[in-house]
Amino acid sequence: MNPRPASGQFSSGDDGIAKGDVLLKVDNVSLAFGGVKAITDISFDIRKGEIRAIIGPNGAGKTSMLNVINGFYTPQYGTITFRGHERRAMKPHHAVRQGIARTFQNVALFKGMTTLENIMAGRSVHMGRNIFWQMLWHGPALAEEIEHREKVEEIIDFLEIEHIRRTPVGKLPYGLQKRVELGRALAMEPSLLLLDEPMAGMNLEEKEDMSRFIIDVNQQRGTTIALIEHDMGVVMDLSDRVVVLDYGKKIADGTPDEVKSDRAVIDAYLGVAH
Amino acid sequence: MAQAATALDTFPKYLLLNAGRFGSRAAMRHKDYGIWQSWTWQEQLDEIRALAIGLQELGLQAGDKIAVVGANRPRLYWAFTAAQSLGAVPVPIYGDAVAEEMAYVLDHAGVRFAVVQDQEQVDKLQSFREQIPALTDIVYDEPRGLRDYAPDGLHAFADVQAAGRAAIARQPGRACQWKAGVEAGSGDDVSIMLYTSGTTGRSKGVMIKAAAAVQAAVDTAAFDGLSEKDSVLAYLPLAWVGDHYLNYAQGYVSGFCMNCPESQQTVQQDMREIGPTFYFAPPRVFEGLLTTVTIRMEDAGRIKKWIFRHFTEIARRYGEAILEKRPVPLSGRLSYALGEVLLYGPLKNVLGMSNIRVAYTAGEAIGADLFSFFRSLGINLKQLYGQTEAFLYVTVQKDGQVRADAVGPAAPNVDIRIAESGEVLFRSPGMFSGYFKEEEKTAETMTPDGYVKTGDAGFFDADGQLRIIDRAKDVGRLSDGSLFAPKYIENMLKFFPNIKEAVAFGDGRDHCAAFLNIDLTAVGNWAERHNIAYASYQELAGHPRVYEIIAANVDETNRRLAAEPMMAGAQIKRFIILHKELDADDGELTRTQKVRRSFVAERYSDLIEALYDGSTERFVSTEVTFEDGRKGRISATVKVADARVHPGKVERAREAAE
Repeated sequence: MNPRPASGQFSSGDDGIAKGDVLLKVDNVSLAFGGVKAITDISFDIRKGEIRAIIGPNGAGKTSMLNVINGFYTPQYGTITFRGHERRAMKPHHAVRQGIARTFQNVALFKGMTTLENIMAGRSVHMGRNIFWQMLWHGPALAEEIEHREKVEEIIDFLEIEHIRRTPVGKLPYGLQKRVELGRALAMEPSLLLLDEPMAGMNLEEKEDMSRFIIDVNQQRGTTIALIEHDMGVVMDLSDRVVVLDYGKKIADGTPDEVKSDRAVIDAYLGVAH
Repeated sequence: MAQAATALDTFPKYLLLNAGRFGSRAAMRHKDYGIWQSWTWQEQLDEIRALAIGLQELGLQAGDKIAVVGANRPRLYWAFTAAQSLGAVPVPIYGDAVAEEMAYVLDHAGVRFAVVQDQEQVDKLQSFREQIPALTDIVYDEPRGLRDYAPDGLHAFADVQAAGRAAIARQPGRACQWKAGVEAGSGDDVSIMLYTSGTTGRSKGVMIKAAAAVQAAVDTAAFDGLSEKDSVLAYLPLAWVGDHYLNYAQGYVSGFCMNCPESQQTVQQDMREIGPTFYFAPPRVFEGLLTTVTIRMEDAGRIKKWIFRHFTEIARRYGEAILEKRPVPLSGRLSYALGEVLLYGPLKNVLGMSNIRVAYTAGEAIGADLFSFFRSLGINLKQLYGQTEAFLYVTVQKDGQVRADAVGPAAPNVDIRIAESGEVLFRSPGMFSGYFKEEEKTAETMTPDGYVKTGDAGFFDADGQLRIIDRAKDVGRLSDGSLFAPKYIENMLKFFPNIKEAVAFGDGRDHCAAFLNIDLTAVGNWAERHNIAYASYQELAGHPRVYEIIAANVDETNRRLAAEPMMAGAQIKRFIILHKELDADDGELTRTQKVRRSFVAERYSDLIEALYDGSTERFVSTEVTFEDGRKGRISATVKVADARVHPGKVERAREAAE
């Protein structure tokens, strides 16, 4: 009778890649806007099942890197290999179909829509019925809607946002909006989740909550996560490996401990006497 | 009532009865994944049986103590009945208690098993496991986050039930054996052990015997005519006698449906969806509701504002009379009927109170205006007075004989006596059988002829309703001999929407003085309207204009005190708005949000000194505990303000004592 499913039933996209193998590989990527070099010759990889942090001082090219990964920018040089397939130019919605979802540095939700509707919007990539069936509503489209709603309710339960299910997100405090945005990204059931400063502007308690959700997503659902974050405490605690950028170049790559003691990283963050 | 005729003396026996007589009626609902999931009495019986036999497989035996920790969840309620069906004793514990408090209770009760809600509770229990040697097994409801925990002594609720079902399938007769065990259960067994909230020192384990618990519930269910057609929203703390009595005990004897909210934050929405017929809330909740309604009306358009003002006035004039079926002029009835369509009906619907037949409030005094507001909407809100030792009810108001300043005559089959000291004594069917492992304290609490001392001072008024003044030991005297009843004064202060909490001092002093907490919702809203910027509670509390509005409230309080001969001597001369909110995490309030007066007095002794030595401000630095258990400090320079004292007819101690 009890309909509660075993936890973690809502899954990450199955991509047939074993845990620990390379999921996404960036090779010698360079990106320039006119004469401004945002990213210069960067290579690194993201392995299945890990939490990978991208850090660096302001203007280091972190968000540009994320935009390259999810196809928003096309790099002038270099290749990106996702799930073993090399690609150069693509559109963001292709990235979504391939299993890459993201959240934004400045919350990018539909402000007038409720939490539920926002997260349902994240399911649209999985909705198969065409406009004819959608208009007919009863029948297959309704069945599909119910199936998606169940997934969304699991996410709402997972993120503990039951109380704001029917609240327009524009009315919510910032910390909760961030959580809803994470919910929408999860609704896509991505195999790679990109988080752009998930803790920006949050207080300590909200940061702790968000950290717990990120760890739970990673452990229970096996979702691979790449995140940009400025709070070093959070980065060092959460991530398995860290890549450090400065002025568009990669200056370090390794475990949090390795990165922490790297001379170049310390110089980049604290400045160095010239 | 039909129920009263069936002489059953334990709750598991009622479970069997209800599965027979109301088999297909809903016994339990829980909103999960956005949908109300429900279980009929028959299904509830299956769930409980599977759990009980599963626990038996783990080694639970009659007489074992089993802790239940968490929010209102069907599975936790089933754990109560499952334990009782095996002769084990459930011990519910406040889910938000800090680890040390919890460790003390668990160790004192000697619990062997614990059924908990989630990872948070598992973590808490495991953090002090060596302090509770008796604890062998923990069963958790929600598996989230517990995947990588060491499995020894840790079981998923579903697994325990599965083990129980497997045992039933494997051994024919196992289910019958369990049923026979239930039928053989004795009303003399302890049904539940409820730990008191600890207003005065350490919590004590109040033991209630099954027959007493059932009898008390049968009496009050008959008093309010509760039946299987009623429903309640089970949102009160699981470990509190009120929840166990009103929802669990009354639910079992009358067969009504308990609805568990989705989460603590959704209670208001869930209530609206369920529309319970029986409702209990402490005055604080009603106050919060009224504040929300008032604030939202301030933001409404002009027409809506007019409708609200006009029809609340109509309701104030005729509402209570109509509710109590007293004569009302036809024009009044017509206006009220129109108001029902335009205001009262929609408002009750939003509050989830459309279907309420009986509602109670208790625990603290309730303001007359507040009380009348809800009654005038047509909600049959009444007061009761009770305590854990009585298994709740001591007095209860009858329909139509309801007042804000009294708590009603004795509940059915309860005897009440006022001691010479003014203390209220009672003897009741649901009366406790003693404090667990504390015979001395039990003896102290009982009179030789079997009455229980409530510790509250009170008297019966001309109507035959009991009026509670204060805790008996808190009632004191000023140095000039006038009566000083701190709680009475504090309650008067707290009836102002701007004042959330008050602590009065004065016993043995020259005059009365008070600490105040402002209500952040009400005062914050006021500040917004008056363009007063503030960053924190502390800043707003210290604002000179906030002091002004609070001083006006204190002045009004003094005026009202002056009008009462017994209390006129103890008007507030000086007050302080505290720099932080009193908090249960800092030990200043109990878990049921009552002020721990002596603790507060000790903690802020500097400020008390400032109240009496004439200083105008004082620097304080206070340690605070955050929700995650870490500590920090808040420091501030707190202003001491003077209040005007009104002339009144002051009677001296001699009269007051009578």
